[in-house]
Amino acid sequence: MAAHLSYGRVNLNILREAARKELREFLDKCAGSKAIVWDEYLTGPFGLIAQYSLLKEHEVEKMFTLKSGRLPSADVKNIIFFVRPRLELMDIIAENVFRCHHSSRDFHILFVPRRSMLCEQRLKEQGVLGSFINIDEYILDLIPYDGDLLSMEYESAFRECYLENDQTSLYHTAKGLMTLQALYGTIPQIYGKGDCARHVANMMLRMKREFAGTQNQILPVFDTLLLLDRNVDLLTPLATQLTYEGLIDEIYGINNGYVKLPPEKFAQKKQGEASKDLPTEPKKLQLNSAEELYAEIRDKNFNAVGAALSKKAKIISAAFEERHNAKTVGEIKQFVSQLPHMQAARSSLANHTSIAELIKDITTSEAFFDNLTVEQEFMTGVDTDKVNTYIEDCIAQKDPLIKILRLVCMQSVCNNGLKQKVLDYYKREILQTYGYEHILTLNNLEKGGLLKPQTSSRNNYPTIRKTLKLWMEDANEQNPNDISYVYSGYAPLSIRLTQVLARPGWRSIEEVLKMLPGPHFEERQQLPSGLHKKRQQGENRTTLVFFLGGVTYAEIAALRFLSQMEDSGMEYIIATTKLVNGTTWIKSLMDRIPPSCF
Amino acid sequence: MTLASWKSGPVVQLGWTVSDELLCIQEDGSVLIYDLFGSFKRHFSMGQEVVQTQVLEAKVFHSPYGTGVAIVTGSSRFTLATNIDDLKLRRLPEVPGLQGKPSCWVVLTQDRQTKVLLSNGLDLYIVDNTSCTAVVPPGLSPQAGSVVHMSVSFSYKYLALFTDSGHLWTGTSNLFTCLSVCLPVCLCIYQPLYLSLCLTRCRRPKSQQPSVVLMWDRLLLVAGVCNDTIQFPLEDPCVLIGELDGVRIISSTNQELLQEVPLVCQDIFKIASMAPGALLLEAHREYEKLSQKADEYLREIKEQSMLGEAVKQCVEAAGHEYDTNTQKSLMRAASFGKCFLTDFSPDQFVSTCRELRVLNSVRESSVGLPLTHAQFKQMTVQVLIDRLVYRQFYPLAIEICRYLKIPDYQGVSRVLKHWASCKVQQKDLSDEAIARAVCVKVGDSPGVSYSDIAARAYECGRTELAIKLLDFEARSGEQVPLLLKMKRSQLALSKAVESGDTDLVYTVVSYLKNEMNRGDFFMTLRNQPVALSLYRQFCKLQEQETLKDLYNQDDDHQELANYYVTASYKEKRLESRLSLLQSAVDEYNKAKNEFAAKATEDEMRLLRFQRKLDDEKGAGLLGLSLQVGTGVVLVLKSLAEKEEWEELEKFSKSKKSPIGYLAFVEVCMKCNNKYEAKKYVSKVTPEQKVKAHLAVSDLEGAADAAIERRNEAEMGAVLSRCSASDRLVIDRLNRARAGAAKK
Repeated sequence: MAAHLSYGRVNLNILREAARKELREFLDKCAGSKAIVWDEYLTGPFGLIAQYSLLKEHEVEKMFTLKSGRLPSADVKNIIFFVRPRLELMDIIAENVFRCHHSSRDFHILFVPRRSMLCEQRLKEQGVLGSFINIDEYILDLIPYDGDLLSMEYESAFRECYLENDQTSLYHTAKGLMTLQALYGTIPQIYGKGDCARHVANMMLRMKREFAGTQNQILPVFDTLLLLDRNVDLLTPLATQLTYEGLIDEIYGINNGYVKLPPEKFAQKKQGEASKDLPTEPKKLQLNSAEELYAEIRDKNFNAVGAALSKKAKIISAAFEERHNAKTVGEIKQFVSQLPHMQAARSSLANHTSIAELIKDITTSEAFFDNLTVEQEFMTGVDTDKVNTYIEDCIAQKDPLIKILRLVCMQSVCNNGLKQKVLDYYKREILQTYGYEHILTLNNLEKGGLLKPQTSSRNNYPTIRKTLKLWMEDANEQNPNDISYVYSGYAPLSIRLTQVLARPGWRSIEEVLKMLPGPHFEERQQLPSGLHKKRQQGENRTTLVFFLGGVTYAEIAALRFLSQMEDSGMEYIIATTKLVNGTTWIKSLMDRIPPSCF
Repeated sequence: MTLASWKSGPVVQLGWTVSDELLCIQEDGSVLIYDLFGSFKRHFSMGQEVVQTQVLEAKVFHSPYGTGVAIVTGSSRFTLATNIDDLKLRRLPEVPGLQGKPSCWVVLTQDRQTKVLLSNGLDLYIVDNTSCTAVVPPGLSPQAGSVVHMSVSFSYKYLALFTDSGHLWTGTSNLFTCLSVCLPVCLCIYQPLYLSLCLTRCRRPKSQQPSVVLMWDRLLLVAGVCNDTIQFPLEDPCVLIGELDGVRIISSTNQELLQEVPLVCQDIFKIASMAPGALLLEAHREYEKLSQKADEYLREIKEQSMLGEAVKQCVEAAGHEYDTNTQKSLMRAASFGKCFLTDFSPDQFVSTCRELRVLNSVRESSVGLPLTHAQFKQMTVQVLIDRLVYRQFYPLAIEICRYLKIPDYQGVSRVLKHWASCKVQQKDLSDEAIARAVCVKVGDSPGVSYSDIAARAYECGRTELAIKLLDFEARSGEQVPLLLKMKRSQLALSKAVESGDTDLVYTVVSYLKNEMNRGDFFMTLRNQPVALSLYRQFCKLQEQETLKDLYNQDDDHQELANYYVTASYKEKRLESRLSLLQSAVDEYNKAKNEFAAKATEDEMRLLRFQRKLDDEKGAGLLGLSLQVGTGVVLVLKSLAEKEEWEELEKFSKSKKSPIGYLAFVEVCMKCNNKYEAKKYVSKVTPEQKVKAHLAVSDLEGAADAAIERRNEAEMGAVLSRCSASDRLVIDRLNRARAGAAKK
């Protein structure tokens, strides 16, 4: 079920198994039949750790969503609340417990990822703390997403860190990294760039000191940890991702490894049956490297996906044709034994062909093309200091606000801030068209540095672009030779930093690093003697890159590309607070005020 | 040893807990707990009703859960507490016919359940949580009389019952199997003082069979299952205590252990034994005498290929011996034999050597823990170290930890922790001296929590010492709860911030909020930006009003303005909304955010304008959400003001206007551009047609529309705008009205 987690260089299944074990132990603590009441936000991430079957094995008979009022009736001994430690949820729990009249029920709380004294205090004030037999924490910081990908699924991390100065997510990050080190060994080298990165590294070093004396005796799996603040590279998430997976996420949104697609293209057309009853439920597909074809094409530039699919189609039909060549019973038997695998491959191919068609409809549209052209103009530094007519038109046509914000922010970032006049113009246009209430969102974007007035006369973006080679004129989409293929020309800044760190090292780009926000640093963690790796010749080093504040699928694709490059000598494992794209990221920064009516 | 005069109530029973604490169970049901040095630790009660009924008898027992206490009260009811560290009292059901206390009773622990077995007259009962069941031990005839003594083995596996007619029944404690019934001493007409069960090995190796030790005034009798008895005379009055592998006999001057000689020792030391171990021991003796007989003995063992076995026997026997010389000679023999073996695992030899050294050192009379090897194995090193620690033999405990190479976490650190907790209570030393001593000894040993030690110091009333000790704590998070307890809240706050644990910061903040007056509280937060922003977050969700005060205090005009904007959207009434927005404008101005101030003013103007439109025009914007209307109207206005007519037209065509097209007409007319305005007249909804035509002063058009809609009121409205020169229009309208009236 989770075999794909163990394919990679680092067996992330160990982490998953550790998490599952802990879950089982907790469930067994509550003897008897159980019902779980879920904080809805947690169901997605939990799905990556344990399916319902595991819960069922441990006598979980019912599952409910946490909501105020009375608990639905269930004939079970235990009611377990799986919740994040948030005060508003405590109030709901208190109400649930208060209005439950079964005296023989046992209540339990499992806090994810950490217990909170504040919440327990709240339960106490509400007079229900004593009703709980077990109050426990389930330390689930980093959730294994794929063979090389970990995410905390902490949606508000960027907003909390940069807008609200709330570093809770960073504390969880540090804790998560400590757990990771407990399982995979102390990471000897830590690099970082940005204020949050510095803070996390400080906490990690402090936590290590606190456990002084208990030496970790596991041979380190990771050689290096690179902590990157999202605000070091605000540009990348704003750009439209052009890899296959990136586009799926941009257009349909991937949630906890699942995507929901419009059903029309997936209608099962059986022979002799009119396809008149189209399915109305969206088609839900799981996307990860367990699916061979998907693993192959997910990180390709979308323009190279068509060719890959048709190549695959030929291979599969050739394989099916083999049956005509099967003469002997033995040959037929062999063919039959391969059938399930081939059928799976065929249905996977059909699915991805449909998805590619859906995406193609959009990428070939004029609107998509125009948008991309403007993005690329900004990234190459064309007319970033003037009001852009395309943006103006889009506002006039009342295109989705997020699209506008992405473009305006991008222009601001690529110009190291907009002239006051230009900025005010955009802001006024936006307020007048989309409503005055968005003034708060605009404030947020300014606070987060995505939108800002130009303070110094010098725009340093061109220097950064040139030094780090962020724009590659001749990006090869079909057979890439550089990471810039993921955005058809633009090489993500964050990944360039990662690449340069591996070779030739950050010392070569000191000047540029100084232009980017926050400090850059290097720390070493002492290993117990005997755990120093003796590296085989040609053996790759492993780096864990942690994006604080979110990472996009295109950036992940770029890192995977670097891992696969023959001469890179480096394998990358990716961790993040949350998988984002420009839309979800901007959304998390918006202040949505419920529309009021007189 | 300590002597203390007893000042509390009458004690019914004394007992020891698994962690070497003394339990004193009083007549009124209260149980006092003392440590080994006689200092009071805590107390608990066996229930309120016991105060009235009194405890008749009590027993202390050990179960997998810990140490338990059972009592029988004056109302003949049993109450159990299976673990005194997690006190849950259970009152057992009534026993039929029981008056006062039973003639004898024991507590049994079986299948994780604790039960009481009791004898009342001729009946035996088992009482558990829910029921009381009469039982008859198999094989014990009713003629045997009533049970007057009972004893259960250390492991709760076996049970012995003694009847008033002198019958001794031995069996399993679940009363399913009887092992023997005998009349051990027919002569004995008076009852034994003690009855104790111990396990011994029977002839069949490895199978353990119980035997019973009975004691009379001056006689000790061992009864096995095979009806054999052994008698020992006693010189002093004694007490028997059943242990894991023997019975301890304690008199007023000494203590002895009665135990069956372990099989392996029998084999080696039996006269003329030919067991391989015995031969090896002999061989080594000869070797030491430099006699060639050593070789003969060795050959004999080797011929039977029993050398490995011989070494094992010697090592095992050494473990069971008490005399160090015997231990040594056995171990030397084993070591000698080992030389002639090639791949023989040295583990057992090495571990036995180590264990013997430890055992010998704790058996010293100065320490006084006369453990057998089996007991030591059962209790584990960890527990042994605990026992030493309870007795305050810290150096020895540390020595043992180091010698046995126990990881610091489970070994040395635990000892140091206990030592330090004890040290802080030393009254004759200054805070400074104690803190220094603790720091020097404990250093940064893993697993020793300075905050625990500090908590102990605080409990003993030494706050200053506690604070000094807390300074050594590396984990700032750990310091916080105690600091709060000691009311060092400022310090607690900075430590919480240092830890990075935001929940901890929240906890301290909410504590401070209740402790301090508002002004001081805000001042404190001001000095801790991290705490302040967390508190703001908290307020955003929980206490909006406080948020405002916070911003006010910090003169954070920008945030204050944002706050007012947010608040304005929660207002349903226009006036209150406008006044909040005005506050926002003021604050934006103070924050020198001209853009926001102006945008907000525009918003206010727009709101008023919309309201006016609604009031005047009736339909129009009222039903629409403000958000949709706002922007478009503003755009229209600005375009018209700038006379960008082409843009306006483009705008009107770009999308269906959410507010209709009347606004377009009006906005053009406001700028006196009738030509542009007319372009939009045709686009308005039928309901607004008349109004639109009137707006551009097109009376004919208005009349047509009104007539078409057969709307009297609208016709009237058009008529009222007509002047005398509009004869034609007036006639048409009048005709239409007349026509409508007829119908």
